[in-house]
Amino acid sequence: MTPLNQVEGRAIPLGLKNVDTDVIIPAHWLKTTTREGMGRGAFESIRKDPDNLFDRAEFKGAPILIAGDNFGCGSSREHAAWALGDLGIRVVIAPSYSDIFSGNAVKNGILPVVLPQAAIDRLMEVAATDPVHVDLEHQTVTTQFQDRFTFEIDPFRKMCLIEGLDEISLTEKSDAAIGDYEKQLDAERPWMRPAA
Amino acid sequence: MTRPRTLYEKIWDAHVVEQRPDGTCLIFIDRHLVHEVTSPQAFAGLRANGRTVRRPDLTLAVPDHNVPTTARLDAAGNRLPIADPESAAQLAALEKNAPEYGIRYIDAVAPEQGIVHVVGPEQGFSLPGTTIVCGDSHTACHGGIGALAFGIGTSEVEHVLATQTLLLQPSKTMEVRVEGEVGPGVTAKDIILHITGTIGAAGGTGHVIEYTGSAIRALSVEGRLTVSNMAIEGGARAGLIAPDETTFEYLKGRPYAPKGADWDAAVAWWKSLTTDPGATYDKVVVIDAADIAPSVTWGTSPEDVVPITGVVPDPASFADPSKQVAAAKSLAYMGLEPGTRMQDVSIENIFIGSCTNSRIEDMRAAAAIVKGRKKADNVKWAIVVPGSGLVKAQAEAEGLDRIFTEAGLEWREPGCSACLAMNPDKVSAGERCASTSNRNFVGRQGPGSRTHLVSPAMAAAAAVTGKLTDVRELMA
Repeated sequence: MTPLNQVEGRAIPLGLKNVDTDVIIPAHWLKTTTREGMGRGAFESIRKDPDNLFDRAEFKGAPILIAGDNFGCGSSREHAAWALGDLGIRVVIAPSYSDIFSGNAVKNGILPVVLPQAAIDRLMEVAATDPVHVDLEHQTVTTQFQDRFTFEIDPFRKMCLIEGLDEISLTEKSDAAIGDYEKQLDAERPWMRPAA
Repeated sequence: MTRPRTLYEKIWDAHVVEQRPDGTCLIFIDRHLVHEVTSPQAFAGLRANGRTVRRPDLTLAVPDHNVPTTARLDAAGNRLPIADPESAAQLAALEKNAPEYGIRYIDAVAPEQGIVHVVGPEQGFSLPGTTIVCGDSHTACHGGIGALAFGIGTSEVEHVLATQTLLLQPSKTMEVRVEGEVGPGVTAKDIILHITGTIGAAGGTGHVIEYTGSAIRALSVEGRLTVSNMAIEGGARAGLIAPDETTFEYLKGRPYAPKGADWDAAVAWWKSLTTDPGATYDKVVVIDAADIAPSVTWGTSPEDVVPITGVVPDPASFADPSKQVAAAKSLAYMGLEPGTRMQDVSIENIFIGSCTNSRIEDMRAAAAIVKGRKKADNVKWAIVVPGSGLVKAQAEAEGLDRIFTEAGLEWREPGCSACLAMNPDKVSAGERCASTSNRNFVGRQGPGSRTHLVSPAMAAAAAVTGKLTDVRELMA
């Protein structure tokens, strides 16, 4: 996973609420056995409009996306995070996310920043013409117009993003504890193993 | 004396392997369900890092998302090839990965094959008080039998395959209490559509919802699975319904369920899985069952719910300015005008199926409405897709398949089908579908498709009248 700390660049002012994962990546793009190339199908229904935000010259390769409430709701498909990553997006800024999406995002080196709607409204204004700066270490989003918004993030997620950590390697350090749990489970609730 | 705990807290506490200083817990996963679409990259990841599957005995794989629902065997009993090469490749990958890692595998032509969320409870693989995950958001479904079950992404699928655990933050808890008796024609699907309309698509975000109250207790296990299935549509990662005698009766004797003395020990533990008196939830919503009508969605978010007797709302009627914008966009996409009576909306497609509504009770409810009637002429496509081979066999033993086919509906092989249109079952652009599935998102049932979410009985009613219909008018 590519570590993430400072991200500066144009931010796509999408702004919509309830952007579901079927909108981010429709199901027919899920018929693949690899993680690559999802960007081609990203936001397909929106990009049918030739004047869509994503394909405007100024937003090509923009590293930040600004959206409304409940971003990434719906399906658990991690393809949504892969599609955003493939578009070059490293940060999403929204008032709220679906739980599954925000987890998937972090596991793919994408930072889901939570800011109140008033901050989103202001950033949407700036993003139309100017870049936005995201600083994960100091948990701030700033603009060249003296805007400064701070955000909260779970410290574990923050560490994973900054260090680009692979969660499985981390969990493997708990191998003995998992083994102990399994022994205890077999002793206390032996019927938990599938019967057949 | 221990602090009173909610059902969620009891299951969570029983699965903590390790707690980190920041509150994150390493949670043991009792059951892992795997399907063909979200697993190939996880197995590839294992292989690339030289890892293996820690607990293949707790893992069950079954293809469901992109298998065709047309015949899978020719007259001689040979397997028919899958026309779409990408779907065929995903299926082939699962068929190779499952045995390679020693994972139980129900193949596409096995009698038990079906939608993973139908198969799990049906096989007794899903049990109360277990933690269940699957790379599919409708894993919430298994909460209907009292399991803490939730969808995960592919990186987490890989994590569970490798370690049988997940690193999780505890969720907040929410009680949705539905008290009283529902009226005629009101089903589990109408209850959950009404709940979703009430709390909103993000109402349960960050929470696990426990459904309580007399209207929930009165539901069969099939109905409870329908309710919990759509917890995710209200933003909650998981739903829960405390297990009771109805649950135990349903599970007893199923292939993977405990047997003999193990069964008695299991039931004794399951009986402790209720929210203690005095335990508190972070959020409580109370709904009067008498307020729930047969329901239907008008827009492109599952929160866009009205009673079938209602009208398409005016976007200006919403207080939230962003909802006004979203509603206007939805109506443009759906081709609907504010003020139109829902019962005047004509329908060209019918889909009865999906992990929400494809169990035997759903088949019976739909058949009861179409029996002795014919599909309306303007309905071009109407398919009934049972949730599993066992549901299909049961329905056929009861003669339900003939009721459907005599009415002009197609009777198909089990799978996810037109719920997400990954297989050939799609709704054409600009056309409407009365669908028993769970999502009415833009393009969900095919590019440009327009979905109206309803119960099986309501979908059946639309099939015979050709428009959205109050099922109560067709009930004897």
